[in-house]
Parts: sequence; structure tokens; C-alpha cells
Amino acid sequence: MATTTLAPTSAPAARAPGFSRPTVTAVLTWTVAGLFAAVLLAVLISVIVTALSTSWGGTWLPSGYTLSWFRHAWDTPGLANSIAVTFEVAIADVAIALLVGVPAGYVVARKKFPGRNAIMLFALLPVILPPLTYAVQLAALMYRLGIGGTLLSVVLVNLVPILPLVILITVPFVEQISPDVEQAAKVFGADNLRLFTRVLVPLLTPGIVAAGVLSLVRVLGSFELTFFVSGATTQTLVVTIFGALSDPGGPPAALTAAMTVFYMAIALLGLVISLRFANPAHTLAQPARRTL
Amino acid sequence: MTEPPAPERIPRQPLRHRLAERGVDYSLLLLVPAVVVIAGLFLYPFLYGISISVQPQSGGGAFANYTNFFTDPYQAGAIVKTLRLALPVALVSVGLAAPLAYRCRRDFRGRKLVTLVVMLPITFGSILIAQGMPRVFSPYGWVNLLFKAVGLPQVNLLYNYWGTFIAAVLTALPLVFLLLMGIFGGIDRSLEHAAATLGAGRAARFWRIILPLAAPGLLTTFMLACVEAFAIFPSAILVGQPDNQTHVLTIPIYQAASQNSDYTQASAIAVVLTVIELLILGLAVLVRGRLFRGPATGGKG
Repeated sequence: MATTTLAPTSAPAARAPGFSRPTVTAVLTWTVAGLFAAVLLAVLISVIVTALSTSWGGTWLPSGYTLSWFRHAWDTPGLANSIAVTFEVAIADVAIALLVGVPAGYVVARKKFPGRNAIMLFALLPVILPPLTYAVQLAALMYRLGIGGTLLSVVLVNLVPILPLVILITVPFVEQISPDVEQAAKVFGADNLRLFTRVLVPLLTPGIVAAGVLSLVRVLGSFELTFFVSGATTQTLVVTIFGALSDPGGPPAALTAAMTVFYMAIALLGLVISLRFANPAHTLAQPARRTL
Repeated sequence: MTEPPAPERIPRQPLRHRLAERGVDYSLLLLVPAVVVIAGLFLYPFLYGISISVQPQSGGGAFANYTNFFTDPYQAGAIVKTLRLALPVALVSVGLAAPLAYRCRRDFRGRKLVTLVVMLPITFGSILIAQGMPRVFSPYGWVNLLFKAVGLPQVNLLYNYWGTFIAAVLTALPLVFLLLMGIFGGIDRSLEHAAATLGAGRAARFWRIILPLAAPGLLTTFMLACVEAFAIFPSAILVGQPDNQTHVLTIPIYQAASQNSDYTQASAIAVVLTVIELLILGLAVLVRGRLFRGPATGGKG
């Protein structure tokens, strides 16, 4: 671990001979980074090892290994259902958020109109405020409307943080497209529909993919919002796992860990795809500065 | 939007044109679905929550839910416990992430890998972190086995304040790191180069150029981390001591809503939580206004 994390500090040495000696702060920084990464990976790996273990006492590694927990987990009533629910909710939410959010992001990026700042503020708030500030009220409202516990309510509730995220990610990508391109298309006779489908959507594809995958990752891990509104048959994977973990008489640790490995596989897939297309540091931190 | 009959002798532009001059035209219709969703599912529930919080399920006057909460020292003490958790978590996260983000502000070979590791906890969420922590931090876990091997005393880092603290830092630090990486990366290199040309050493460049430019971003990030840690929930239950040391504000919300099915009481506490969070964010905006607010990017031309 230490060798890989130390590598970047030695990189500038080749370019600038004056900076060759690693400073105390550099060593300290990378040691802390290495420790953090080690703890984080240990936490994640321990779940995988638990899922593979027959029994594990107070030793470094379990006494035996087995794959049977995965079959047990798959046969556990509710797990297959919650995987299905997770996918249904994720796909529905990402689709709705993109359909609604990308056009909205386009208008916000291109136009100055009264109320634009208010819209930006209210798009920012659900992203900034942690879900628990509004999860309970939203759940109460869903039950009041008579759709509490249904799949519809789970989809609606999870839309709240996703849609603003899509808008916020779309804006800088639209700003990168020169308005000249649109005007050229109009000069050549494109109507609004063709402008949108033939010019804007192809140019915006990287932004749409980035927004889609980042919100997919967020829906998959979203716990609080789903937790308060979901019913027995509409739990997503994280909610099922939380239920198993918080119940003292619940399933054995290895069985829960096996469920979690299913979840990790799904989430990791989303993460790897998202890093292929987007740099989260850019999309999260400095949307306004990414102009041409 | 039809043309209004011209009432005066001076010919006026049609309403449509006048509105278009101020930026109002048919393209704004594209905004309608998004506005409906945000208003209906975010703003309205907030107001709905406030309105049901003053209609207590158990009776006893409009503000019974609030007086119940504030007069019970155990419940109201949750505010202090939350602050005692959220502030150190935000401080430690920013303190650990800032030097690292500063070093990662430029592209380097391992950047994708670092980003991947950092994104793991964001993707997996606090539940997975809380699930893996016992094997690492419990009395028989890896950390204590390591401590025993090198002759250090056993540490108790689970099912108490420290369990939730570690879980919160593990989830907050990556987010802070990503935000700060963008903030440090957004500072134009030419400013640093100019300072170097004028004879500023590495330390001087950091303290006199980078830090003042990054200060507003650092402050905002600290406040965001603080707000995020304020509503910590699953790890307070799973690796904390929810009835005592980590009885944070979200626990009474959860108990009222899920265990007592009293959404009016739960909403009242959630309103208290929101007000405190908005105060923190407002403070950030206020202090930010007093810091440097010029461009952090140099001229391109």
C-alpha cells in the first residue's frame, strides 16, 4: 500500500530537480492517505471474507471457506425481490430524472429569466441537505396520499435528490456547447425537434451519461428515503440489509454479508461505468467554471 | 399568450415580444416538469411537515410536539450529542482530506485509482461501512489483533461514540476530498507561477496564494461535511450506542416515525434538525462573504 501511494510524490522529481526530496508534509500526507485507504479496504474486504467463511472466531482469518452462503442468501425470501425492486427503482428514477432534468438544465444554462436564481437554489437544496431532513415528512405525505409502501412511492421519493443532481450536472455541459452551433443548425433549416435530437443530444451525450450514472450510483445507495416509505415487498437491497443487520435475532452475519456482496457487485458495476465517463471531482465541485 | 388589444395610441410591442425581451418564452415550458417535481416532492413536503408538526397526534396544543421534545432533557440532549459528533467529524475530514486533495490537484498517473478508492464509500453507503466495521474494530477484530501483535493495549472502538465517529469520517472524508480536489484544481496555475517568478518559495506560495484563494471553498466544504454528519443515521444505530453516546437527532425521528408511528412528532424533530442545518449553511454564507471573492482563475488572453 505504502509504495503505491508514495509513487505520485516522486513523480514531479523527474521534471523539476529542485523538488526532488520528499518533504515531511508529503510523507505525512501519504501515510495518512495510506492508512485511510487501508482501513476502508479492510472494512470492505472483511464483508466479502465473512460471506465466504464457514465460521470466524477471534482470529485473523476464518477457519474455513464455503460458497454456500450465496445460495442461502439467494433463497432467502425477499432477497431476489429486493434486487428486482432495486433495479426497477433505479432504472425508473434515472430515466425520469434524465427526461425531466436534461431539458430543464438546458433552459437554465442558456436563458436568463426571472426566477432563474430561485430555481437554481431549490435545485441545490435537495442535493446539499441530507435526506433525513425531509425523508419523514415525505413519507408521511406519501401515506396521506394513500400510496405509502407502494413501488410508486419509492420511485417518487428517490427522485428528489436525483433530479436536481441531473440538472446541476447538465448545466456546465450545455455551457460548453457554443450557441453558434445551434444557430447554424437553425440556419440550415432544423426545427426545434430536429435541433434537439440531431444536434443537442449527440453533443450532450457525455453529460447525459455522466448525469445518468452518477444518479444511478446515488439511487442504489440511497437508504433513508426508501427506508421510511417502503413496505414489506418494496424494499430495496440496502433497506433489506439494514433490516437484517439491526435485528439482533436476525440472520447470521455470513448470510447478511452474502446479501451485501450481491449489492456490492451491482454498485461496483455502476461505479466503474461512471468513472469511465465522468470525473466526479469536476462534476461535483466546479460546474460553473467548465466553460470552453 | 395572445396579443392584447392596444389600449394606448403609442403602438406597444406585443406582450409576447415584451416578455421575450426579459427571457420569458415558450422554451421555459421545458422547465415545468422539473419545477413541478421539485415543488411537489421537496418544497411541499417541507411545508406539509411543518403543518403536521403543529397538529400533534397526542393532542395538547399546537406546540405540544416541540415542547415535548425540548422539555425532555434526554431528547433535547440529542442536539448537543449531534453537535459533538458532527463538528469533530467535519473538522477531521477536512483536516485529513485537504493536504491530500492539495497534492492531487493536478493530473497524475494514479489519479483514477485514487478516485476509485475514494468513490467506494460514497457508492456503497454508510450501511456497508457499518457492516464491515465490527470485523476491523471489535475487541477481536483486525485492529486489535494488530495492536496485540505489536504490544499495544486493546482499544474499544465499537458500539460507542468512536464507532459512529469512524463510520462518519469514512463516509464524509471521500466527499470532502472530491470537493476540495475540484477547489484546489480550479486555482489557475499561472497565479502560482507568477508568485514563483517573483521569488516566492513553496511554503510562501501555499500560505500567501493558494490558501487565501481556497479559503472560501474550504469553509463551504467544512459546513457541507458538518451538515452531512448532522443527519448521520444508520451508523449511529449499527456501530454506535444509539440509546446513550450516539443518541443523535435522527434517532428520536426514527423512533417517533417507525416505532411509534407518530409522524407529527417525527416531523417536529425533523423541523428542528432542518433549522439547525440551515443556520449552519447560513453561517457559512455569511462568513464566506467576508473572505476573498475575486476570481481564482487567471485571464486567458
